[in-house]
Amino acid sequence: MAGKFTLDGKTVAFREGQTVLEVAQENRVKIPSLCYHRKTGPAGRCRLCVVEVEGQRALVTACTAEARDGMVVRTDTERVIEARRMIVNLLLSNGEHSCLACEQNGACELQDAAYDLGIEAPAFLVSGAEITVDTSSEMITVDRRRCILCGRCVAACNNVVVNEVLGMGERSFESHIMFDMDRPMGRSTCVQCGECVQICPVGAIIDKKAVGKGRAKDLDKVNSTCPYCGVGCQMTLHVDRDANHIVRVTGREIEPNDGMLCVKGRYGFEFPSSDKRLTDPMIRKDGRLVPVSWDECLDYMANRIDKIVKEHGPDVFSAFGSGRITNENNYAISKFTRAVIKTNNVDHCART
Amino acid sequence: MTNSVKELEDADLIFVIGSNMTEAHPVISYFVKRAKKKGATLIVNDPRRIDLCHWADRYVRIKSGSDIAYINGLINEIFKNGWADEEFLKEHTENPDEIREWVKDYPVEKASEICGVPVEEMKEVARLLGTAKSTSVCYTLGITEHICGTDNVKTLANLQMVLGNLGKHAAGLNPLRGQNNVQGACDMGALPNVFHCYQPVDDPKVIEKMEKDWGVTGLSNKPGYKMPTMVRKALEGGTKILYCLGDNAVQTEPHMAHTVKGLEALELLIVSDIFPNLTTELAHVVLPDYSWGEEEGTFSNTERRVQRVRGVLDPPGNAKPNWWVLQQLGKRLGYDLGFTSSEAIFEDMRRTATSYAGITYDRIEEIGLQWPCPTIEHPGTRYLHKDGNFTRGKGLFTHTDWIPPAELPDDEYPLILSTGRRLWHYHSSTQTRNSVGLENLFPEELIEIHPDDACRLNINHGDWVKAKSRRGEVTLRAWVTERSAPGLCWMAFHFAEACANVLTIDAFDPVTETAEYKVCAIKVEKVRDGEPLESELVRQARP
Repeated sequence: MAGKFTLDGKTVAFREGQTVLEVAQENRVKIPSLCYHRKTGPAGRCRLCVVEVEGQRALVTACTAEARDGMVVRTDTERVIEARRMIVNLLLSNGEHSCLACEQNGACELQDAAYDLGIEAPAFLVSGAEITVDTSSEMITVDRRRCILCGRCVAACNNVVVNEVLGMGERSFESHIMFDMDRPMGRSTCVQCGECVQICPVGAIIDKKAVGKGRAKDLDKVNSTCPYCGVGCQMTLHVDRDANHIVRVTGREIEPNDGMLCVKGRYGFEFPSSDKRLTDPMIRKDGRLVPVSWDECLDYMANRIDKIVKEHGPDVFSAFGSGRITNENNYAISKFTRAVIKTNNVDHCART
Repeated sequence: MTNSVKELEDADLIFVIGSNMTEAHPVISYFVKRAKKKGATLIVNDPRRIDLCHWADRYVRIKSGSDIAYINGLINEIFKNGWADEEFLKEHTENPDEIREWVKDYPVEKASEICGVPVEEMKEVARLLGTAKSTSVCYTLGITEHICGTDNVKTLANLQMVLGNLGKHAAGLNPLRGQNNVQGACDMGALPNVFHCYQPVDDPKVIEKMEKDWGVTGLSNKPGYKMPTMVRKALEGGTKILYCLGDNAVQTEPHMAHTVKGLEALELLIVSDIFPNLTTELAHVVLPDYSWGEEEGTFSNTERRVQRVRGVLDPPGNAKPNWWVLQQLGKRLGYDLGFTSSEAIFEDMRRTATSYAGITYDRIEEIGLQWPCPTIEHPGTRYLHKDGNFTRGKGLFTHTDWIPPAELPDDEYPLILSTGRRLWHYHSSTQTRNSVGLENLFPEELIEIHPDDACRLNINHGDWVKAKSRRGEVTLRAWVTERSAPGLCWMAFHFAEACANVLTIDAFDPVTETAEYKVCAIKVEKVRDGEPLESELVRQARP
């Protein structure tokens, strides 16, 4: 049932089925949440999103609390802040959460929460079993030292991309993210789509190829469309302009792909920077392709086309457009073939 | 696609036929698997036990090239049991009584003999289809790459019209387009019979409109050659010049030896590409093109969504975009094409466009628009044929009959070779093999062969074998796997050094001239023992 409730003294409206956290986000009231993500839904796991609800003795997690008409919610009481501080301190106490060497520095939700709560250093440290880093996968590094066991990646792998590889194993200090029956990631059935990387709130699951290649703040972010299959996934390219290469790719959470990508789209981005690229126009001379200037090349093509078409008519000319080049270039070859040569012999690989 | 990608998640039943989507369209497979998790029924129909079968309620192993018999058999059963959508047939189709008669030629018993699916299983699939609230059919090249590809598609369209599954949310006929902009290349008129937005070249009104807008006279109203005809004509001297943009035809067209002979016979072969490849090796002129990441422009996806691509990198050396080259060439040949930027070209196209007329760079700055989008106020179209209103008025059933593939196995070439795509690579793999890590994940082409056949031929997992067809031979290692059906081998064309298209047959659908990449006859011989393959292959073939 839709209705209204009071959030930090303001009256806010909600729709049926919305949680307190969703309503707060819509109203730009910041509630930190590490395990909740729009795509994976409420988990009630990290408990960082606790709020005070009038009439309820214990604090409640905003991600699991359904909005009810007339409820009075406070997100900023001393009790709430203290509880959150304790939770972040506990999360920081285990593992290694040093921001200095972390890929996610400046783009980490745990770091943000600690900053917002004024935590400069963990209040206490707990030593558990030694935690390992799994580098067996080609594209993804799993740094379990930084993992806070929020479970987002497990939910994403099973319910968002439905590849069903990740799981949560063992108990207590031994708890960890596992792949299949606890195999190294690179030896598991993981298809390296990277959804777990994108959804990880901290630096525990990261793009291996981007390690050390630049901080988030130093990279230009430009939106584009994937160059591979016909789904047309929307992505953001993270570009090092000085080095003239793409450092990493993330999915945009809009249609058609809602942030999801596959191994090619997320990790097949270096080919433009390859040193095997063609760099000069070339004409075959004495059986060999020889680099020439654009002027020489264009004159040569124009003369040859002109001569052959004049002699044999326009239908001896044919052109292939392509399913890999832009609309603009396909229109360009269509217009050139029809308006300049005066034939309709233009086709492309759609039929093959 | 008549539907949008996102709608797949809401379908009651998803019927996948001839589409290995977890490898070729992984992101669409996520939506399909999510639908299954939410309670949809998933039926996967394929000659191979592909990865998606792991999630399917039903995997139906059909024989390669038997689709028309299989689907007509299902339609027959649907009519017999009164599962057809009679209201849709009456209101929205022209000749429902004809198809009722036609499919009587395909009683399930007969269809079953052709497609190899047991009668009871066919009856159950027909029941699932017939009683589902909304069914989305997804197909890919497994349907189109046959000599009867056009009829395969029409048969699927018949099925969906009989079930009333068109013009609705999450119910429709959804071809998953293979390449990033193969939809756009069609939309832009890189086709011999139509200008952009499918305006026919043999319509005098269209010619008049284009001549006026382009400021030219004498546009040809005679449909041009399709790609295979261009190559064939080269051998006869009818094609003398081929200008090829971003297409490694030698590696990707069927029957490589035939393609090479055709291209070698040309007087002028111009190839524009980003990497040297098998086709640039034959060229008289090679042009260094801008790559994705360097050029501004648009791609149109499989759900008809026109989306922006952006230039963020400096291109190498003296590379130039294709449109710049064509502009310079046009000027030298006496015509100013007016190409000054990608956006200017898009606007040039838009002046005479129909379904793209409402799309501008400004409107798709943040998120793409789906055509038809005829006016600047139009919000775009999520699914086609809304409320059963087809472009031509009422839906027309087409009579389709099963024909066998062009080349069937015999004593000399006893196995079928089918071809397709792998998750880790794309097209002729110039992009994926020049990106870091993808090649490590799948470093060489393998021929997939069923354990029964492998055992008979004394081939172990990882052994080196020679695969031969009447058109050529390749040497590569064997992947012995139950993904393949007995008698069926499988390869991709990603690797130039072991390319399926050395073997494939240049037999074509008479209407579209699409080649029968999915069926040809081969034999396989062991060459020598090989190292067992790494166990990582498991990720593509779950039990």
